[in-house]
Amino acid sequence: MASEADLNMELSISRMLRAGVSLAAIVVFVGWVLYLLQAHGVKPDYRHFHGIPIPASQFAPVFHGVRQLDSRSIIRLGILLLIATPIMRVAFCVFSFAAQKDRIYVVVSLIVLTVLLYSFFRP
Amino acid sequence: MAQGIVCEADINTWRSEKLDMGLIEFTAAVLLSSVVAGLLGALTGLGGGVVIVPALALLFHVDIRYAIGASLVSVIATSSGAAVSYVREGFSNVRIGMFLEVATTLGALVGAYLTTRISTHAIGIVFGIVLLFSALSSFRQKQGDAPRRQDALAERLKLSGDYPTASGRETYTAQHVPAGFGIMFVAGTLSGLLGIGSGAVKVLAMDQAMKLPFKVSTTTSNFMIGVTAAASAGIYLGRGYIAPGLAAPVMLGVLAGSLAGARMLVKMRVPVLRLVFAVVIAALGVEMIYSGATGRL
Repeated sequence: MASEADLNMELSISRMLRAGVSLAAIVVFVGWVLYLLQAHGVKPDYRHFHGIPIPASQFAPVFHGVRQLDSRSIIRLGILLLIATPIMRVAFCVFSFAAQKDRIYVVVSLIVLTVLLYSFFRP
Repeated sequence: MAQGIVCEADINTWRSEKLDMGLIEFTAAVLLSSVVAGLLGALTGLGGGVVIVPALALLFHVDIRYAIGASLVSVIATSSGAAVSYVREGFSNVRIGMFLEVATTLGALVGAYLTTRISTHAIGIVFGIVLLFSALSSFRQKQGDAPRRQDALAERLKLSGDYPTASGRETYTAQHVPAGFGIMFVAGTLSGLLGIGSGAVKVLAMDQAMKLPFKVSTTTSNFMIGVTAAASAGIYLGRGYIAPGLAAPVMLGVLAGSLAGARMLVKMRVPVLRLVFAVVIAALGVEMIYSGATGRL
């Protein structure tokens, strides 16, 4: 166990994770700086919850907002990239296990991927 | 700003009798707290979430749903960002991690669902109990090598491996797989309910129940945290729990703090810090339970 193939797979995974997190962090940082510039020093009220539900999988308004340089949309894009990173990791594992002809773990990683995609795209 | 799609709070200046901070002061204080939370979380292995949620809720009087949302984002970032160094050391086990992620992701769905069903007071109390448990667990002795029995289920699922020790590579096989799986489901539920990585519970499942070596447990746990958190993050985002102006400094601060902490960890031994931190965590736990029970959360 813990063969060469496994170690290589884990290394590629971890590099992919780092790249995804770095990209997400840069996007969030850019959005955050813009946010501080656009907000004119007015702090939102975080003391009371009044979040408006918008499905995570609704991308069009995010892209629209990013084109308008709306800081919150840019931060949201960064957070979407961040959430996508571990999902990509699991998708990558499905293929790696398939390449190793490990049927049980193709199924196991497909189950995890299904749960992740369900939670993201659920109505 | 009008086309801003994101469900953040109304632009109302927030006035409190105790604190009256403008955006820049508030953001700077949140950023600083997040860096400290990330640093302590990495040095002690408990993760930044257990510090930043009580800090936001108790110190900054942020609604616990916004605190949980911001924390969960930082949890994904730190788990995924730290994975490279752990993998390179050769401790984490991708099959054990993936198998147990079935339990943690399903648990995370349940946890994220529960946040709308139970009151913020109850969430505060549960959070406090988990903090007390985490504080206790950091005192726990790392267990020695348990006798390795053959385990049919572990065999079938290839839940075994080897890891480097001072005396060459040692092999291990998971024991009590159903118990470990069950505890992992609870860990996932707590993660989805409280916006934390719940690393302490994950390590409990692997090191205590499944009798895996401590190093394998902690590194595999870290590897799993990002995937577990991703299962509830989409739900949180959809509900408007993730306020961009708050989540950004928390994510970036905790990430920076934990990367610095991981680097320091290589160079120094931290028993004293661990003790201090455990006491702080326990105090936060008591405060969360008290605040939850008296309806101040």
